[in-house]
Amino acid sequence: MTTLQVNGRAQALDIDPGTPILWALRDTLGLTGTKFGCGAAQCGACTVHLNGQAIRSCVTPVSAAAGQPVTTIEAVTGGGDRVGNAVRDAWIRHDVAQCGYCQSGQIMSATAFLKSLPAGTQPSAADIDAAMAGNLCRCGTYARIRAAVADAARALA
Amino acid sequence: MLPRIDTPDDAATFRHELPAALQRLLDRHAGPALPRRSFLKLAGAGGLGGLALGVFPAGALAQAGTALKPTQQPAAFVAIAADGTVTVTVNRLDFGQGVQTALPLVLAEELDADWSRVSSRHGSNDPAYADPLFGMHLTGGSNSIKNSFTQYRELGARARAMLLAAAAQRWRVDVATLRTEPGVVVGPAGQRAGYGELAEAAARLPVPASVALKDPKDFRLIGRPTTRLDARAKSTGTQDYGIDMKLPGQLTAVIARPPVFGAKLDKVDDAAARAVRGVRAVLRVPLDRGAEGVAVIADGYWPARQGRDALKLQWATDGVEKVDSARQLAQYRALAEQPGPRHFDADLAPLATAPQRIEAEFSFPYLAHAPMEPLNCTVRLGADRAELWLGSQMPGLDGLAAARALGLKPEQVQVHVQMAGGGFGRRAVPTSEYVVEACTIARAARAAGLDAPVRTLWSREDDLHGGYYRPMHLHRARIGFDAQGKVLAWDHAIVGQSILAGSPFEAMMVKNGIDATAVEGMRTPYPLPMRLTVHHPQVNVPVLWWRSVGSTHTAYVMETLIDEIARATQQDPVAYRLALIGDQHPRHKAALQLAVERSGYGKAALPAGRAWGVAVHESFDTVVAYVVEASLQAGKPVLHKVTAGVHCNRVVNPRTVEAQVQGAALMGLGMCLPGAAITLKDGVVEQHNFGDYTVARIGDMPEIAVHTVPSNDPPTGMGEPGLPPLAPAFANALARLTGKPLRQLPFALG
Repeated sequence: MTTLQVNGRAQALDIDPGTPILWALRDTLGLTGTKFGCGAAQCGACTVHLNGQAIRSCVTPVSAAAGQPVTTIEAVTGGGDRVGNAVRDAWIRHDVAQCGYCQSGQIMSATAFLKSLPAGTQPSAADIDAAMAGNLCRCGTYARIRAAVADAARALA
Repeated sequence: MLPRIDTPDDAATFRHELPAALQRLLDRHAGPALPRRSFLKLAGAGGLGGLALGVFPAGALAQAGTALKPTQQPAAFVAIAADGTVTVTVNRLDFGQGVQTALPLVLAEELDADWSRVSSRHGSNDPAYADPLFGMHLTGGSNSIKNSFTQYRELGARARAMLLAAAAQRWRVDVATLRTEPGVVVGPAGQRAGYGELAEAAARLPVPASVALKDPKDFRLIGRPTTRLDARAKSTGTQDYGIDMKLPGQLTAVIARPPVFGAKLDKVDDAAARAVRGVRAVLRVPLDRGAEGVAVIADGYWPARQGRDALKLQWATDGVEKVDSARQLAQYRALAEQPGPRHFDADLAPLATAPQRIEAEFSFPYLAHAPMEPLNCTVRLGADRAELWLGSQMPGLDGLAAARALGLKPEQVQVHVQMAGGGFGRRAVPTSEYVVEACTIARAARAAGLDAPVRTLWSREDDLHGGYYRPMHLHRARIGFDAQGKVLAWDHAIVGQSILAGSPFEAMMVKNGIDATAVEGMRTPYPLPMRLTVHHPQVNVPVLWWRSVGSTHTAYVMETLIDEIARATQQDPVAYRLALIGDQHPRHKAALQLAVERSGYGKAALPAGRAWGVAVHESFDTVVAYVVEASLQAGKPVLHKVTAGVHCNRVVNPRTVEAQVQGAALMGLGMCLPGAAITLKDGVVEQHNFGDYTVARIGDMPEIAVHTVPSNDPPTGMGEPGLPPLAPAFANALARLTGKPLRQLPFALG
């Protein structure tokens, strides 16, 4: 039995402790906002926050996260997270999503990035590209992602 | 993803030639009203509630005595709840292109709906959701808006007419005295009734056979920049896709497939797999192309995957062709010199005496679609019926294939179309291969005593190894021209597998041994004296259409060669193209001129080290021209800026047009990047995941400005046409920097 702290709730999981967090979230807890894209930390669709850091949940076993806070897209954009709200609103305002499948991961990376910035700083275009470089979007929404991240940063200033 | 089918007359012609499977499908569509066995009827207003809630179509479903086809009856498409919310059912798959917003917008325009109260949902394989012109269920060929614009306008207008008639009855006034405001009918004495109040009565009235449509100058929704209806769901992790299906008791299957296409199993040792906690069954199953494999069925993906990893399998690969990409290219090169069927013909004698000549060979690799959402299909079997959930571009064909695989009648299979995380053609498989495999597994699981819905799920490695690629192609051109750039003779050969041979589409789209998808885009808009010879070798690699299909290679070849002739004769590439196009193709001209004008081409000074590149191409009735700025930085090609001139006739939603051009351009750029290729050695695909199969990342994204040519003509599609001209425009800019043409994708510099 492994206990995960998911979105502020303790979840006892009766699964193989080697199971990646992704599959514990999706198949065991029914939290399907976090997406499966590559299973090898190569696309970023599965990004969640572990102790506030963006991680690839498809290669991180639940045993490595026991007792630590895991935060998913459902909580980050669910209303209670100031930075998450700003990112979500910018994403909608810029109509970023096309198929939308990668966007949970994009938003989780963008939110972790903006939270990592010292208060009052605005990211440069190069900073944004570097922060988002690990998240693939096959639809090619990158132009709007850039604009939305910059816009969210301004809204938070 | 399919070649264009642009008029009802064409549709009728094709219908005549359709093979038996499609013909049966179409016959099910025939008849004056919804067929008796329509799923909609079985499901009761598509699950939206039914009469008790005052849902609009409930009563209309049973409507008889009308000459209207199912595709013309509002009942299947628009539901108005008592609270006035409007739900529009979309007869296409949305896999990013925005049709789940565009078609509801078109319907809402004529319905005069309150857009803030409109939502949308996907349809099914019900006959009502066939393409009204093509006659089958199809999201492809960028045809959704093109073929359903008028359909959805009429559906909205019919529903509005029924609401007006209901209000006229209620108030006992002449219907001609009524008007609407968004979501409300207004009477002559100022009476007001919301659509929700009238919906139940309206649903009992006859559906008008003919309706007047708005004068387009009165459009208030069409043409306005509109945020996607799914923007919030897709920005909060709440949008469900096929992969997110959660049926009670659902199990997950993964498949161990042979390393070489079509191979069978020699030995299976599944003891360790069965011992994995959560694994419920390990089943030997027949797979696509006569292959065999092993399905591991478990409580979830992870135990299924663990079980698969624990299998010890020996494959019998002796009897199947083992493709080697390098050898294949040499074979294609030799084939290009052989005589073969000709798509165009011309006198080649002037080649020998032409003052200037270009000889060129181009090669294009296999490409995987690699949509972000891995392929999946969930199947629930009942005693005499089956339900499928998947993001399908062809739910009609997939339903028929499922019925065959399951031993059911076509009307016993219901396909619930799910939002898809990309697709680019991979969800329109004429063989329905991954649907058939999912059904085979569900059936085998049931036979093995597992009475549960089964979701078959692919890994990314399965996806890249699974075939159905954009075919590898080789082009060979010999061109003779004079000092003014006048082409005297052009001898051209294309070698590549036929996408459609052996598919239900062969009869209508393979003529004289030439697959229409291999040659589309070759000569338009240039009136060239060209002989075009086509070879379709048979190769043990399954192939499929890939966003913009033949234009993924034909546009590259033609637009770089035209540029090369302009360079060889010291002519401006824009002026040369415009002179060559002449007056025959005004939309090409307008798109190119718009891109040129907005880019500052020929006027603005470029930063040091940058060069302009130009290309224009029509695909699926839309013309896109690009003017780009590119440079070489430490030997690496960099695309800085793209200006698009787009001619898609009337624009339905400018925000979507911009997004589709930006996205398609990036996918076109992705074809140029090192590593954007699927290659085979000893019959085995060499790439595994995004680490060795390159797709474009955020750092590759250039600045892209999109401009559209104003037009009031009926709209054409935008899902694909932004892709083809990007790579040649980029290559043309680089050739201006280096003096060397780039004739291989991905680019091979140095």
